[in-house]
Amino acid sequence: MGEPSKLTAALLRKLHFQMVRIRIIEERIAALYAEQEMRCPVHLCVGQEAVAAGVCEALRPEDYVLSGHRAHGHYLARGGSTRAMLAELYGKATGCCEGKGGSMHLVDIAVGFLGAVPIVGSTLPISVGAALGSVMRGEKRVTIAFFGEGATEEGVFHESLNYAALKRLPVVFICENNFFSVYSPLAVRQPEGREVHRLAAGHGIEAIKDDGNDPVAVYDRTRAAVDKARAGGGPTFLEFTTYRWREHCGPAYDDHLGYRSLEEVDAWKRRDPLPLMAQRLLAAGACTQADLDEMARKAEAECEDAVAFAKTSPFPAENNLWEHLHP
Amino acid sequence: MTSPSPRTLKFNEAIHEAIDLCMAKDPTVYVLGLGVPDPKGIFGTTIGLEKKYGAARVMDMPTSENGMTGVAIGSALVGMRPVMTHQRVDFALLAMEQIVNQAAKWHYMFSGRLTVPLVIRLIVGRGWGQGPQHSQSLQAWFAHIPGLKVVMPATPHDAKGLLVSAIEDDSPVVFIEHRWLHGTFGPCPDDIYRVPIGQARIIRSGKDVTVAAVSHMVLEAFRAAELLAESGIDVEIIDLRTLRPLDTATILSSVRKTGRLIVADTGWKTGGFAGEVVAVATEEAFASLKAAPRRLTLLDVPTPSTPALAKFCYPRVVDIVHAAGDVMGVSRDRLKVPPETSTPLDVPDASFTGPF
Repeated sequence: MGEPSKLTAALLRKLHFQMVRIRIIEERIAALYAEQEMRCPVHLCVGQEAVAAGVCEALRPEDYVLSGHRAHGHYLARGGSTRAMLAELYGKATGCCEGKGGSMHLVDIAVGFLGAVPIVGSTLPISVGAALGSVMRGEKRVTIAFFGEGATEEGVFHESLNYAALKRLPVVFICENNFFSVYSPLAVRQPEGREVHRLAAGHGIEAIKDDGNDPVAVYDRTRAAVDKARAGGGPTFLEFTTYRWREHCGPAYDDHLGYRSLEEVDAWKRRDPLPLMAQRLLAAGACTQADLDEMARKAEAECEDAVAFAKTSPFPAENNLWEHLHP
Repeated sequence: MTSPSPRTLKFNEAIHEAIDLCMAKDPTVYVLGLGVPDPKGIFGTTIGLEKKYGAARVMDMPTSENGMTGVAIGSALVGMRPVMTHQRVDFALLAMEQIVNQAAKWHYMFSGRLTVPLVIRLIVGRGWGQGPQHSQSLQAWFAHIPGLKVVMPATPHDAKGLLVSAIEDDSPVVFIEHRWLHGTFGPCPDDIYRVPIGQARIIRSGKDVTVAAVSHMVLEAFRAAELLAESGIDVEIIDLRTLRPLDTATILSSVRKTGRLIVADTGWKTGGFAGEVVAVATEEAFASLKAAPRRLTLLDVPTPSTPALAKFCYPRVVDIVHAAGDVMGVSRDRLKVPPETSTPLDVPDASFTGPF
């Protein structure tokens, strides 16, 4: 970060609380997964919470958010219903997609979370289109597209950025660079010495790289980009470096497989965004240890309520199969 | 009192009129595609629309078929009604990810929380050396996908009425035009009207053989039926018009009456749509069949460019005549076939001089 942030204590606490919520819910999903009641793939974002928290706090209620396969954090930070997300993972009729989507297809229209899909990069053009539609309708909305660095290798990434730049659309591209596409490291996928965000700069889009484990940096960068977009200044590409702690898909740790070094994993865990932010809050006098404990209690209560709701909700009935094939 | 003679329009003019009327009626309708505002205006179907409605609603686009399909989808999710055009079906293959994984799925997989009112116009080429990548007729690919609707009009009347229905539909609709139909004439009312998606039409009633035809093959079937009548074979022609959802009731009712089925399709045989129609008939009306159903399709090779080879690929009137004779047990030497004409086989009529 350049200038020190001037965020209020309340906003700093909120950023931290969002990360705590996401961490607690993701860890709970990981723990419950062994029960085999959540019968869908899950891509957990433990370690990457700061990006979700920082970006979503910088938005207005009317803004749109779209995401990819690792969307839990984005959905939760945006204010998507926790109960509806857990119920969706359990395949229940009360889920956000009534069981038709699963973990990889979260949606909550009430908070502008327009959707998430697991085909890498596929929500990029849809995000650009949502931004175009907003402009055509004369609305002052900004659209956020969350994706991983793997998406920058898709052709549709370049098609989307080219068009967003061409039309100066109010869209902010949030690239979470966690350095792996499943087990394939960045080094086998992109040329050494050409940083990911330079691809966006090549399309004439302002492109900035920053620390994705610092929610304040993420917030500040996003806020500037969103303000610019809303004022008609066009798209921005933000690359946030971060790290996925658990396996690509599933509840476990998989570092014993040897696809990444334990030293690398340990180094990133020492940069866990949650304790870093907690220390920052305490040092700044923005909250007390009791406040931090209360945040965790509150998040745990929310999580347990959602799990209980999901577990006790009914499954969809067979006749739902033919519902919503067409409007 | 004499009724005035009905107004006629060309097929491409009917499409133009449908878009024009829908844009005038609904400000959320917009058009995009490579070349939409250019001087040729997608074979005349979009000429003048940019001047009338402005560049913000009649949009050219980058050569990014997949990305721009996603852009159209995204705009549809937030309240717009895009009409997207590709100059050939073959280009839309770049966009299959967005069409199949996204457009077709979002309403269903998000349990009705979002809709994708998107029309994708695709054009099938034939003849004039279109070759392996400008002549594919891949309606079966789209008709395979739950969540999509697929229409293939054969007349100006249906082109206009089905396009209005498609634009007003809240589902993604793949609207497939045959290049050889753009120059054809037919009666077409000047007001805004709808032809319902999902309804076939019997365009000729007959008792001996059902010919279920798609798009341009409807015209070939009509010419064949006139010749077959002279040979004493009474053909019933079904213009399928919509491939998904398929009007199986009309097909089955006709097959139960005639007991014989020929499907005339513009696509390939293997895994193609003609096979789907045959399957419907054999599963549901097997006892009515007096002969094995027949499929008349594009020859199962990548269609070569040279007219010397391409002429063997596209199904024509004579093929329908022969197939009808076969299912009736009438030997081919007793059938009246089309006269030799001076018009080459690689153009729809003598007025077509290429290039595209």
